[in-house]
Amino acid sequence: MQPTDTRDPDYYHRVVDCQWACPAHTNVPEYIRLIAQGKYTESYMLNRQSNVFPGILGRTCDRPCEPACRRGRVEEKPVAICRLKRVAADLKGEVDHLLPTAPEEKNGKRVALIGAGPASLTVANDLLPLGYDVTIFEALPKPGGLMRTNIPSFRLPAEVLDTEIDYVLRMGAKVHYDHRIESLKALLDEGGFDAVFVGTGAPKGKELDLPGRQEASANVHIGIEWLEAVHFGHVEKIGEKVLVIGVGNTAMDCCRSSIRLGGTSVKVMARKDRRYFKASPWELEDAEEEQVEIIENHSPAEFVLKDGKLVGMRFEIVEWHEDDKGRLRSKTVGDTVIDCDDVILAIGQDNAFPWVERDIGIEFDEWGLMKVDKTTFMTDRPGVFVGGDAAWGPENIIWAVAHGQQAAISIHKYCQGKSLTDRAPNALELTSSKMGLHEWSYANSYNPKPRSKMTHVDLAARLKEFSLEVELGFDPDQTALEVRRCLNCDIQTDFSSSKCIECDACIDICPTSCLTMTPVAEESKLRLALTVPATNLDQPLFVSDALPQTKRVMVKDEDVCVHCGLCAERCPTAAWDMAKMDLKIPHAK
Amino acid sequence: MSYIAKPSVAHKRLEKNAHGLTVRDYEGSLSTLCAGCGHDSITAAIIQAFWRLNIEPHRVVKLSGIGCSSKTPTYFLREAHGFNSVHGRMPSVATGAAAANRELVYIGISGDGDSLSIGLGQLCHAIRRNVNLTYVLENNGVYGLTKGQFSASADVGTKAKRGQVNRQQPIDPAMLALTLGATFVARSFSGDKAQLVPILEAALRHRGFALVDVISPCVTFNDHQGSTKSYMYTREHYHEVVEADLVPLRTPIETKQGEGEARQVRLHDGSLVTLRSVEPGYDPTDRDAAYLHLRKLAKAGEVATGLLYLEEGESDMHEMSNTSDTALVNVPFEELCPGQDALQKLMNEFR
Repeated sequence: MQPTDTRDPDYYHRVVDCQWACPAHTNVPEYIRLIAQGKYTESYMLNRQSNVFPGILGRTCDRPCEPACRRGRVEEKPVAICRLKRVAADLKGEVDHLLPTAPEEKNGKRVALIGAGPASLTVANDLLPLGYDVTIFEALPKPGGLMRTNIPSFRLPAEVLDTEIDYVLRMGAKVHYDHRIESLKALLDEGGFDAVFVGTGAPKGKELDLPGRQEASANVHIGIEWLEAVHFGHVEKIGEKVLVIGVGNTAMDCCRSSIRLGGTSVKVMARKDRRYFKASPWELEDAEEEQVEIIENHSPAEFVLKDGKLVGMRFEIVEWHEDDKGRLRSKTVGDTVIDCDDVILAIGQDNAFPWVERDIGIEFDEWGLMKVDKTTFMTDRPGVFVGGDAAWGPENIIWAVAHGQQAAISIHKYCQGKSLTDRAPNALELTSSKMGLHEWSYANSYNPKPRSKMTHVDLAARLKEFSLEVELGFDPDQTALEVRRCLNCDIQTDFSSSKCIECDACIDICPTSCLTMTPVAEESKLRLALTVPATNLDQPLFVSDALPQTKRVMVKDEDVCVHCGLCAERCPTAAWDMAKMDLKIPHAK
Repeated sequence: MSYIAKPSVAHKRLEKNAHGLTVRDYEGSLSTLCAGCGHDSITAAIIQAFWRLNIEPHRVVKLSGIGCSSKTPTYFLREAHGFNSVHGRMPSVATGAAAANRELVYIGISGDGDSLSIGLGQLCHAIRRNVNLTYVLENNGVYGLTKGQFSASADVGTKAKRGQVNRQQPIDPAMLALTLGATFVARSFSGDKAQLVPILEAALRHRGFALVDVISPCVTFNDHQGSTKSYMYTREHYHEVVEADLVPLRTPIETKQGEGEARQVRLHDGSLVTLRSVEPGYDPTDRDAAYLHLRKLAKAGEVATGLLYLEEGESDMHEMSNTSDTALVNVPFEELCPGQDALQKLMNEFR
């Protein structure tokens, strides 16, 4: 195995599991440390650099960072990263003077953004400070896209949404509300824009074409359309017995909204068993806390009507098994009818581009999606960019933000006539965190406390008031405890082989047995030769240069290092250092 | 020295021994020695040896005298019995403890000052009595606690950190032990656990006195150029004479392939030690030959390491003194303390 090049920004980046997993590469450990120091405003602004909507995401993010968190491998549960993000947003001070501003003098370039969802807003956030003239076209009367219409206000209060969207729009974006773009060709031909960004999401809920669907249509609702109607006050109640078909996060929002609008018996009907549910575990928990019943292994078969009115739904009861090729197969073992007054379909979303002409130089794929370059976010027609759910189908907000940032870089390059593929790489800055003898600029002692639990508003209260936010946020004690659970993975164990005298001190002290000195070998052999064999292949091995005295190598399995810094404290020659990593991720500039 | 406690969290896949314990369960409190001290490595090797031998920590007695080395029993086997004795007097305390309770496992930790200066007489007599004790001599050639003066094991010509050169002859504990009739004599190096751990295992299983002299560089006062007990010097002059491997009782014996002539010695408890002479012709069961060989290597400035001499079957202290077969704590009180009449009767026999 070759010595590890730790100056390649990707190596240490990968060690910070949360930051690596975050599509927008939010600097999680640093913002958690800032919270620990009570610097909520600074923490908020650091968040905003990468994810633009910390207050919104602190309540609604799909949290790809949390399953990745090293704490989850060291113990059971990851750090409550998302909840801490909300703490920073809730407790921040005045930020107006810290937000980006647009220059008086514009650069003369005009950009159109279609849809005012997270992807477009991110593009606006990145381009307005550069002097662009940004125009947003939004079909609805308010901005926010699915963040507003699909996430019920008891999960995401309107004030939070309005405030953070305003931080972007106040830089001078021109927004045309209630303005649906019906023809991209017309916009391109007549709009006079230098570039166009499509951020229209995946706005079409999937249909369930079963017998009785047409006849029952008065009481069968498409999930995302229904949520939108609830948001704008067009729907104010629902029947007592409600069946929600599907078990993704939209289904969770539908069932919890139903409970608040008159549903007394709300059931979520799933075709598969719990192992295959798409909803995040915490959203399932929250729904069940509100007495929503989740029924597994029921495959919808028919809408049952009586006197022309929906009275129930027939389901096939199925069992699942894997065939010899590992594919999931179902077997029908029974049949049942479940009574209901209303059915909400939440079985997925599709993209819909009837307004994009097929003869304007934009290629489409077999699924009716525009062909979009994965790096530049540009279509085959120069100057037309796509991001968010509109690009490759439904994802979540944080992905839309990440797309928006990359698209903004491309649009800026495009407007300057530069190559879109010539993109600045990430840059790495390492600074020793040594303050003195055995003293570091971060809290290195390990806090063995379990993950804090979010407190919720009383069940009766939340059913009375639709918009009452359910999660109370962490209190100061919970926050103080949770921040100390972070393992500071960005404080890297940085090794200089030339200084090592091979005294074994680091190996002997390491609490999680990460280190080994051994003759060099190929990776597969090396992994097995370690103090504890490194069987988690997702985690890299650090391999040093040959050591001065015996020519062995120092190997570190990054898997469960708790970054306690004891290797560096016990090192007599400072061959180990705890170096703070600052990853510079390029944005449009 | 560290300000934080060693995190209690351990690797989830850390191997467990027959008692369901991991090596972490054999640790003690965090060392307060200098970072990089050889003694800490020896502590780690002792932890591994006890863990691998499946010895329950509460069945162990750890003893020491005074010095950097003598602080280290605190850093391993927190559940064991411990006695931190007077300078150089650990062998007496160990002798007394072993006499009273023969059922426990005894390990004494000492240094070159504690053993070869103030405690030299004590060491010699513990060897003569063949006390059932593993005696680890953490040998760094200087008095670390008093800032690096030469100790009695400093080689002629070695340089102190301030530049003075030693002119006095060193005492070599291995050669001393051989001349005194020790039945287990080994030397190793703190920076080579692959060698040290099996030696410690064999020593713990050996019946009688086992001297394990371990070169243990003083990272603060004796790890510079010109020192003959630095990490660098020891590695450059390291001379493995015999490679030892312990096969504990009830473990199927697999013959390990390797260079050199192999001998097997059956220990009192039934386990088997395989001794492979790395040095052609060296016989680790021939005391005189071993002595000559060590002298030859010492003269050449080489550090001879390995399980240098092993003799099983010699009488230990209990056999020589014809002591009780059971630990005194398990002897019924009436038998242990038969009363005034019995004492009077005994006294009368001497009148």
